Amino acid sequence: MANYRLMVNGKEQVVESWDPNQPLLYVLRNQLGLHGAKFGCGLGQCGSCTVLIDGEAIFSCVYPVSAVVGKKITTLEGIGSAEKPHPVQAAFIAEQATQCGYCGSGMVMASVALLQEKPRPSNADVKSALAGNLCRCGSHDRVLRAVQLAAQGIPGKKGA
Amino acid sequence: MNADRRDFLKVSAALGGAFALEFSFPWAARAAVEAAATEVNAWVVIYPDDRVVVRIARSEMGQGTYTALAQLVAEELDCDWAKVSSEFASPNEHVRRKRIWGSMSTGGSQGVRSSQDYVRKAGAAARIMLTRAAAARWNVPPAECTAAQGMITHGASQRKLRYGEVAGEAAKLEAPTEIVLRDSKDWKIAGQPVPRFDIPDKVTGKPVFAIDVALPGMLFAAVVQCPVFGGKLKRVDSSAISKARGIRKVVRESDFVAVVADSWWRANQALQKLKIEWDFGSNGAASSETIAAMLRDGLADPALPRARRVGDVPAALAAASKVIEAEYSSPYLNHATMEPQTCTAWFKADGFLEVWTATQNGEASLAVAAETAGLPQESVEVHKMMLGGGFGRRGAPQDFVRQGVAIAKAMPGTPVKMLWSREEDMQHGYYRPASVVRMKAGVDAQGKLIAMHTRVACPSILKVLVPASLNKEGIDFTAVRAFHDMPYTVPNQQVDYAMRNGHVPVGFWRAPGQQNSFYRECFIDELAVAANSDPIAYRLALLKEGDKNRLVLEAVAKASGWGNPLPPGVHRGVAIADGFGSFTAMVAEVSVSPQGTVDVKRVVVAIDSGYVVNPDTCRAQAEGNVLFGLGAILYQENNVKDGRIVESNFHNFRLPQIGEMPKVETLLVPTGGFWGGHGEAAILALAPAVCNAVFAATGQRVRSLPLKNHDLRLA
Repeated sequence: MANYRLMVNGKEQVVESWDPNQPLLYVLRNQLGLHGAKFGCGLGQCGSCTVLIDGEAIFSCVYPVSAVVGKKITTLEGIGSAEKPHPVQAAFIAEQATQCGYCGSGMVMASVALLQEKPRPSNADVKSALAGNLCRCGSHDRVLRAVQLAAQGIPGKKGA
Repeated sequence: MNADRRDFLKVSAALGGAFALEFSFPWAARAAVEAAATEVNAWVVIYPDDRVVVRIARSEMGQGTYTALAQLVAEELDCDWAKVSSEFASPNEHVRRKRIWGSMSTGGSQGVRSSQDYVRKAGAAARIMLTRAAAARWNVPPAECTAAQGMITHGASQRKLRYGEVAGEAAKLEAPTEIVLRDSKDWKIAGQPVPRFDIPDKVTGKPVFAIDVALPGMLFAAVVQCPVFGGKLKRVDSSAISKARGIRKVVRESDFVAVVADSWWRANQALQKLKIEWDFGSNGAASSETIAAMLRDGLADPALPRARRVGDVPAALAAASKVIEAEYSSPYLNHATMEPQTCTAWFKADGFLEVWTATQNGEASLAVAAETAGLPQESVEVHKMMLGGGFGRRGAPQDFVRQGVAIAKAMPGTPVKMLWSREEDMQHGYYRPASVVRMKAGVDAQGKLIAMHTRVACPSILKVLVPASLNKEGIDFTAVRAFHDMPYTVPNQQVDYAMRNGHVPVGFWRAPGQQNSFYRECFIDELAVAANSDPIAYRLALLKEGDKNRLVLEAVAKASGWGNPLPPGVHRGVAIADGFGSFTAMVAEVSVSPQGTVDVKRVVVAIDSGYVVNPDTCRAQAEGNVLFGLGAILYQENNVKDGRIVESNFHNFRLPQIGEMPKVETLLVPTGGFWGGHGEAAILALAPAVCNAVFAATGQRVRSLPLKNHDLRLA
């Protein structure tokens, strides 16, 4: 059984995994108690499990735990809280940009990654960045508005 | 929500005594000592500092009921909205208090409309009791006192008391019997687009979903069910995993196998290594083709029961200037909630069973859990978590609770979280019924509809899930909706129903029977085209003066700019639908690329629901209806081969992406006097509005869905 030293939300964590290919999602949820990233498809098809690896949005349900050693992992819990939301979370609340909310975690994380890369995205940029984040409830239009609202709130900001 | 949940636990414990919730909630262990709250009545809990907690019996899956019902209670209570929050009513307490919160069922767009009367009365009753308590303290007649904004004022002396100061005394008073509810024109909290209570926790990652439940020593279960519906387990060879690390148990039930392990990934990996033999029974050869043949055979049955008969259809068809016929069909459809089915259960040492699940009906979950456990309902609690989507999957069928409890029963003393893979979820649903419908219309010399004969062949949802609701002729009214209750004034109508059930389980999929709206409204479009008539004018001529369908149709015509020129390549279609208590009319604007790709660009929808409690969540529901319906129109179908569902995940059951979301313009036009729902209103009209626009764009009449199966390349 191998140990993996991970940097999750700014904190070093040592996790065991008998299988180096165990996807990061299950380590986060079942071993580290971080439930922000959701299980939706298990095949990288829906985006519910999106987290940031060194600032880049990835699907954690297909990302092996052994591949994240030495990299900075950021989950929904790591960017803000209900009391002190990240600008993207605040914008999702302001636009009421989620219904059941299950895909919301992935939507927020993908939006954070986009805004770090492109602080003033066009709607086409947002649609392209969030194309892999499926939503069954139909919050899409509000998500677009929320990302634009967040973009106004974090002018030119890097590394949120 | 956490702080309030802590408080609710304290209140519940104080009230119920028998509660065993010490650390059932991950966050309950952090409970701080806080002043006790008072339950003024079952719906209204008030704290000394005037915070109000409204108990919610219905479930929350993003539709907003959790907030809207609190608005209705707070409106009548007349308190400070900033101090209001919601809590789910406990199903266990519900049973022990003789169903004091009424129905917990959350389907049929009933959450608000079917509870508005009693929750408003509960808010008003609490206000009256608080006023009387204050009056008693001042020793003045209650009539001299008024209550507003969480404060009772004695008019003559201008003395004031806060609700929180008199809640304890109010709770001891008799509930008033005479209650006059406020006129909606005087609403201050109801009717406002207040933000939903549940969103901040959801977008910041609080563990509010059933899949997020974490308990001490909890294990994880992955499940595989017999791939052919109705099949049974023969034997399992688990030797390949018998020495594997972390595997705690293989649970064998009559129709599924579960592996319990120390992580879900490990359990699911182990599951793949089992050698399982199933007895597929008689259904192993069923396919989409055999099912379609079964339905067509139903259409040919000469002795079908009639859901409606008006006038003399055969005579009117014989006398008609022209007879127009068409056959339409739809496939099975899975709900595909983003959160797969999940249930955590814990048989505790004291004989109590606790269950955490995503349910659209807390008391149905409790009943199934108790039955599976072999325990009295009083010894079971179901913790209602936020649902990662519902759409009808998590109401009447409680298969996931049955499984979760059966698995945990094999592991007494240990909490076990059962979670389905997406593949299990896709292939073990309660599907929207596949259906085939044949319509025959007789029109007069002007092309006006004078006779309509409709034959519907489809499985019955009620037969599977609520058999007592079938009428004595065996008619399932969800199967013939939109036909048996058609608003058009047609003097001769006949509707026949061929119940052909097959082996695929069917269920309530958002707006059950909505396929019929697609069929009827596209067929009406066909008649309008044949009559060379504008489709809105054609419909208006068939609708009585004062019919609410007329009002929404006229509203949507105006708002969409019907009749005005559209940009090149953009075409429009219209449809109306009444259902779930509301009236809906929709115009869809569509373009079809030379390659045949359909782009739904703009949807304008007018909805008359009588009243609107939260206009923003009602608009969100319209947007959600459009997106949910769009997937079914463009891409989705569940096919059957070798007795099982073919599709397995989102690559072959596609959801529209964010770039495919049309611009949705929602007109809320409540006319009062009735209460309609929003959860399923807009989806009814979407498929016909879009397909009528596709006809306008291409000249091709689409009579089956999804559109991906049609070659719409421009000729």
